[in-house]
Amino acid sequence: MKQFFAFIKKEFLHVIRDSKTLLMLFGLPIVQIALFGFALSNEVKEVNLVVCNLSNETKATELIQKFDASGNFKVVQVIHDPNALDQWFKNGNIKMCLVIPAQFEKNAVRERKIDVQLIADSSDPNLATTLVNYGNQIVFDFQMKWFGQSTLPGINPEVHMMYNPSLKGTTNFVPGVISLIMMLICVLMTSVSIVKEKELGTMEVLLVSPFHPFFIIIAKAIPYFVLSLFNLSIIVFLSINLLDMPMEGSILLLFAESGLLILVCLSLGLLISNTTNSQQAAMLISLLGMLIPTLIFTGFLFPIENMPKPLQIISNIMPSKWYYIIVKDIMIKGLGIKYFWKETLILMGMAIFLLALSLKKFKIRL
Amino acid sequence: MQTVIHTENLCKAFGDFKAAYNISFEVYKGEIFGFLGANGAGKTTAMKMLCGLSIPSSGKATVAGFDVWTQTEEIKRNIGYMSQKFSLYEDLTVLENLKFFGGIYGMSRAEIKEKSQQLVHELGISQFANRLVKSIPLGWKQKLAFSVAIFHNPAIVFLDEPTGGVDPITRRQFWDLIYQAAARGITVFVTTHYMDEAEYCDRISMMVDGEIKALDTPENLKKQFGVETMDEVFYELARKAQRKGD
Repeated sequence: MKQFFAFIKKEFLHVIRDSKTLLMLFGLPIVQIALFGFALSNEVKEVNLVVCNLSNETKATELIQKFDASGNFKVVQVIHDPNALDQWFKNGNIKMCLVIPAQFEKNAVRERKIDVQLIADSSDPNLATTLVNYGNQIVFDFQMKWFGQSTLPGINPEVHMMYNPSLKGTTNFVPGVISLIMMLICVLMTSVSIVKEKELGTMEVLLVSPFHPFFIIIAKAIPYFVLSLFNLSIIVFLSINLLDMPMEGSILLLFAESGLLILVCLSLGLLISNTTNSQQAAMLISLLGMLIPTLIFTGFLFPIENMPKPLQIISNIMPSKWYYIIVKDIMIKGLGIKYFWKETLILMGMAIFLLALSLKKFKIRL
Repeated sequence: MQTVIHTENLCKAFGDFKAAYNISFEVYKGEIFGFLGANGAGKTTAMKMLCGLSIPSSGKATVAGFDVWTQTEEIKRNIGYMSQKFSLYEDLTVLENLKFFGGIYGMSRAEIKEKSQQLVHELGISQFANRLVKSIPLGWKQKLAFSVAIFHNPAIVFLDEPTGGVDPITRRQFWDLIYQAAARGITVFVTTHYMDEAEYCDRISMMVDGEIKALDTPENLKKQFGVETMDEVFYELARKAQRKGD
């Protein structure tokens, strides 16, 4: 036991003395959270809009104000010549145009329904669809206020967005970023720290010592396990307080499930450290081998349901995919373990399999 | 004389390749035993078996009284090891390194503290004691690595080309430390490529193609081959090798 503590203490000293590791450990999560939280968002805010107003009636001006005040659009200019629209789109500084026809108010009063045109730049189809939906909603609301509900023809479904009523992007990104950071940092740090000892030649000395190789691995893993949990606390704190991420479920459960993912990642790191003898190679394998698959197959950037079948099957081997589902269930929906015991079991299975494999493959000989 | 290493027909084969073949020798307590051979001659293989890192294919051997087949844990507890690569942590201080290596050998805190102070005093390195290892001069690192290898007072210390890449003065000083350790009763088992260092050993074995081809004191070996220097002894033996070194 004394040997064990001596080892763990030494590992902590390595981390504390290495500014690069510290930066990676604590700088990376903050940068990632800030990046994904603020910069990389799929929400649509203040998109440039040109209005072609051919009516000049009071209600038309009112509708334009509604668009401007919605927060989704910013009316850059009101023009009166429809032929100029083409040039606006070609210049590329507007994404959508609202055309209010002549006699707009008069016709609306007569037919008890308003008639406008939305033109969207669909070179980015996702954005265009979103913008048109926002526009429709504004027009719909405007009409409701004007004529009241009863006058509307057809079916009017009442839409209710569960768990994330304001459709904020952060609720989707944050769980993804947490999985990404855990995958990157845990795998990278474990593999590099072991390979470093091989490079320095200290691994030989450790193997010749009476300290059992099994304990070398465990003692290597513990400090990074603790640091990763600490890291997780920073991310969770930042995302709740800075990005208004909800925390509906149990924090304890979140940490327990995260511990499971960390275990999987540490084992992966161990496995990588067995295959190489240089820190650079370990770093490269960890980054390339983890970053891209995690980004693609976790599900927070590209919905896995939309992928071709073979890719969907491949995505099942990514631990982060399962973790992502769990984190969303806990943080956003506030669910308990009985709703994601299957995902938990999968992670557990991965942890046991990888840990056993890496322990078996760890070269106890020089 | 007390025997600390005893081997009898020790063999290690990897498939058809006999890395070490019929190795038999004895090393006595407090002796400096030189283990010589060209690259690829099988020195490292033999040494690994003696350190408990590799199980022999056949033959018998005991190290510090423990069997290499069944008692590798006991062997590890009673030996020290130092290789050509630096085996100290550069980002720890001298004292922290001592604390760590003492710790993994199960020494008590009081014992570590007392022996550290004694060591720092003996080597005259109190100015370095709390400095990071990477900031102290290279020659000192080497000497310190040796001191760490024998910090837990092992019966035998294995040195694998300990003076590779070190200047002649530091090498000389390093050998002074080896003599001191041997005088305290620690058996020194050393591999080297420097023939002047071979002269410093009490006895020498020469490995060629996985077998021990000569074993005696440097004086007797020179007489036996009718030559003036150890260089020539080495050359006489090594040029008969069939295997190519790597």
